[in-house]
Amino acid sequence: MRRGDSILSKIDWLTVLLFFVIVMLGWLNIYAAVYDENATQNIFSMSLNSGRQLIFIAVIIVLIIVMLVVDFKFYDTFAFAIYGSVLFLLIFILIFGREVAGSKSWFELGAFRFQPSEFAKFATCLAVAKFISTGGFRMDQLRNQIVLFAIIGVPAVLIILQGDTGTALVYSVFILVFFREGMAPTLLILGVSAAIIFILTLMVENHWYLYGGIVLIAAAAIFFSKRTRKRIVMVVLGAAIIVLVIKSVDYVVSDILKPHQQNRVKAFINPDADPLGFGWNVTQSKIAIGSGGAFGKGFLKGTQTKFDFVPEQSTDFIFCTIAEEHGWFGSFIIIGLFVCLLLRLIFVAERQKWRFARVYGYSVACILFFHFAVNIGMTIGLFPVIGIPLPMFSYGGSSLIGFTVLIFILVKLDAHRGQVLVH
Amino acid sequence: MNESRKNIIQMVIVAVAVIFLVKLFSIQVLDDKYAQAATSNIIHKVIEYPYRGTIRDRNGKLIVYNTPQFDITITPKEVKVLDTAKFCKLFEITPEELRNKYAALRESKGFSYVKPNAFIKQLSERDLARIQDYLIDFPGFDLQPRTSRAYTYPVLANALGYVSEINKRQLDRDTADYYHQGDYIGQSGLEAYYENQLRGKRGVRYKKRNVRGIEMGDFEDGKFDTLAVRGENLISTIDIDLQRYGEELLKGKSGSIVAIEPSSGEILSLVSGPSYDPNDLSGKKYSKNYYKISSDSLKPLFNRPLMAQYRPGSIFKIIQAMVGLQEGVITKQTYIPCIKYPMNCHHHGPGETLVGAITHSCNPYFYNVMKRMVNQGVSEDPFEDTRIGIRKWNDYIESFGLGSPLGIDLPSEKSGMVPSVEYYDRAYNGRPWKFSNIYSISIGEGENLVVPIQMANFAALVANRGYYYIPHLVKSIGGSGKPLPQFTEKHHTMVDDKYFDIAVEAMANVIKEGTGQYRAKLKDIEVCGKTGTVQNDPLPDHSVFIAFAPRDNPKIAVSVYVESAGQGARAAASIASLMIEKYLLGGTERPNIEAYVKKGDFL
Repeated sequence: MRRGDSILSKIDWLTVLLFFVIVMLGWLNIYAAVYDENATQNIFSMSLNSGRQLIFIAVIIVLIIVMLVVDFKFYDTFAFAIYGSVLFLLIFILIFGREVAGSKSWFELGAFRFQPSEFAKFATCLAVAKFISTGGFRMDQLRNQIVLFAIIGVPAVLIILQGDTGTALVYSVFILVFFREGMAPTLLILGVSAAIIFILTLMVENHWYLYGGIVLIAAAAIFFSKRTRKRIVMVVLGAAIIVLVIKSVDYVVSDILKPHQQNRVKAFINPDADPLGFGWNVTQSKIAIGSGGAFGKGFLKGTQTKFDFVPEQSTDFIFCTIAEEHGWFGSFIIIGLFVCLLLRLIFVAERQKWRFARVYGYSVACILFFHFAVNIGMTIGLFPVIGIPLPMFSYGGSSLIGFTVLIFILVKLDAHRGQVLVH
Repeated sequence: MNESRKNIIQMVIVAVAVIFLVKLFSIQVLDDKYAQAATSNIIHKVIEYPYRGTIRDRNGKLIVYNTPQFDITITPKEVKVLDTAKFCKLFEITPEELRNKYAALRESKGFSYVKPNAFIKQLSERDLARIQDYLIDFPGFDLQPRTSRAYTYPVLANALGYVSEINKRQLDRDTADYYHQGDYIGQSGLEAYYENQLRGKRGVRYKKRNVRGIEMGDFEDGKFDTLAVRGENLISTIDIDLQRYGEELLKGKSGSIVAIEPSSGEILSLVSGPSYDPNDLSGKKYSKNYYKISSDSLKPLFNRPLMAQYRPGSIFKIIQAMVGLQEGVITKQTYIPCIKYPMNCHHHGPGETLVGAITHSCNPYFYNVMKRMVNQGVSEDPFEDTRIGIRKWNDYIESFGLGSPLGIDLPSEKSGMVPSVEYYDRAYNGRPWKFSNIYSISIGEGENLVVPIQMANFAALVANRGYYYIPHLVKSIGGSGKPLPQFTEKHHTMVDDKYFDIAVEAMANVIKEGTGQYRAKLKDIEVCGKTGTVQNDPLPDHSVFIAFAPRDNPKIAVSVYVESAGQGARAAASIASLMIEKYLLGGTERPNIEAYVKKGDFL
């Protein structure tokens, strides 16, 4: 590859295409979500979310051009600097930020407001990539693992302190990246198991069934495997820990979680318990989606979303609009588009010879995956309601810009993959 | 290793997508409960109450119409913090009433948290003027227009009936499922009898509503909507002026006046005394007044013309005469001496032929007539012979419209009583009985019972010389111009029409020279009538009079009952003749008689 070749010939156009298809479909559906057949505003009207989203789209196009022009080594060189500045912003906002809907995560600059937590994502990606790609890094060293968890933990804690637990949870997805980069799967398995036990505990009212099940499994584990002393001790200890986890669930739910978080958990476990109260969002979201049928009610013809039965339709619950108006077929297209983009990002990441770029690529793919899975999962009742947007789809400038930066740093790095010396 | 981990991550992504698509397929395509929930989310059923039909009198005067009123509805979901003191002041209720009202509403069957429920009912237009500007201060409270009944004249209450909210028993009985809780339904009188015609048909409009309950247009462009069809207007047979006059005459008395046009069976007036103002049981006043009216010791809700049962008294002698003639046991010339046995008699000659016997109301004469009729010697056994005779007699009497409800277009008509063989068997508890045991029925005493409407019908029957139409109160339903079909059918008695001329002659004589000559004789109109005095021990007798006029081509037949007012020749005869004058001449030429009636001192 000659140095003088235009950047345009080297970027991964498939990623860019998928990105813009999703952005434009998002824009149309934001319009559908706020559409009011009795009003006269059109899709470009600045008083509607769709009109403002168009501005954001214009902004990201400019931003993309700038990012493609900036030297690709900038991201590697300034990874920690960017990370540090974002941490500073997060702390700054805790003190001076503006409180919106219960969380102090907004930053005001004149007429503009933005959420630094959206930028913390790509900054953390850069820092994680930078740290893993430093010479002599070995994933199996405890010290390195501690540093990595600190890198994702600090912004997560700061965001929790802002009152935006949903966004903080996104950082847990880095475990998947670490796993790809060689971390033992134990942590992943432990995490998934803990989540399953937690949910089981909430669903099964009589905990004695759970205890009985654990004792049975433990007995079976001892009986059917080699009965070394060490193993028996391990199994008994493990069972005891699980019992303690179960015991702690009630405490966690009723004492650590805030009331609105408790309600979200309750609504997830049993949305029918109070369909007009805490179960409202999930119930109405499922009704809107379920009423779409196979092919939907037609563009702008959704009733549940138009008549505001579904809350936050243009942001967190945008998927309801798609599913109601375009049915299962439309849902299939959207989910298909996301799966294609995610697999393409992993493909792009895998073809990097530079570890920094590969780790960064995986981080981007995993963050997008987390958003995709949790956002759609919550609208169909497979996940508790966690207020995080559907990437590039949901209305919102900070989120759109955040994801654009995430993806186009990878596109930029990928375009220069031929110029990197492999360590 | 890293290659397989890449695959694991890719598999996780694809697996999540597949789980989503399967779940979506199940809730979107396989399960239609969400589609139904979506429809019920947005659909709001708006009931359009039809306009209830009006009622006019025979001359086109409006007597029953609708007046607008309003219900205040509550949508609990939309109610913000309620300023109870202000609310109670505006709606003129106490905080306690408000609490009780809401508690009762919550208990009721149709209560909805998200839809409007009727809360404070039946506010008048005057209330509305006071309230509507302040209603905006109370989110969740709205107006629902309705109508209630209004009555031009404070008369005819029992015949018109009233309309009130449907009760639980009626709801349970409504197998067609037309009515809902809170609907209004005719409860008595014409309002109940013609409920199906008057109520019209409810319309339903399906509106779309958003989550805040704001209307967002028609559902499916109104494809499923139905229009309300207004109820049919009725034209009554009542002459409202005559009715008002009758109620005025009966004021302060207990009794009834029934006037019928003989040639059609149309009821010209149906007076029940004492009565009440029908407006008192309309709309919001219903609950306040119903108890008061229904617990009145004089029973204003008791519709005497249809429900009061009296012994027929001397009037019954005309019927006996007709039956005797038909049976051939007497002729017009039959002379029977008045031996004042087995029952006493009034002062008259030593004996009478038929017309004289009716005119002078001779008791022994009709004792003999009935004895001849009942004991015709069909059987050797006097007991059996009486049974045969009574059976035949029953058939005759019943053909005069007695002993069972006539079928007038009002609910709760009583049947009266014609004692039958079975009745006497029961009364004598299996012991034998014969004519000498039961003869008091021959002069209209004993076990006989009649209802005033039956007596008026009998007067019409004689006026028609042998037939009648079932008396009715509605001559035209909607645009048809016709009454219900059963009211255009002629009913003949078992007695040949030719014999009725004798009854007419006798009744004319009663007015000319008999008991009716003092207060029922009119200068230009030949009135035919018969007095009756019904024993009512220990209280004074009931005063009874039936009449029709003019003798030829009669226009009006009347029966008058005045309870505990003594001889029929006084109160009842006076009132009947005044009614005839009012109807035929527009007013009386005998102010002294009118004053006599209004004074009400008959004994």
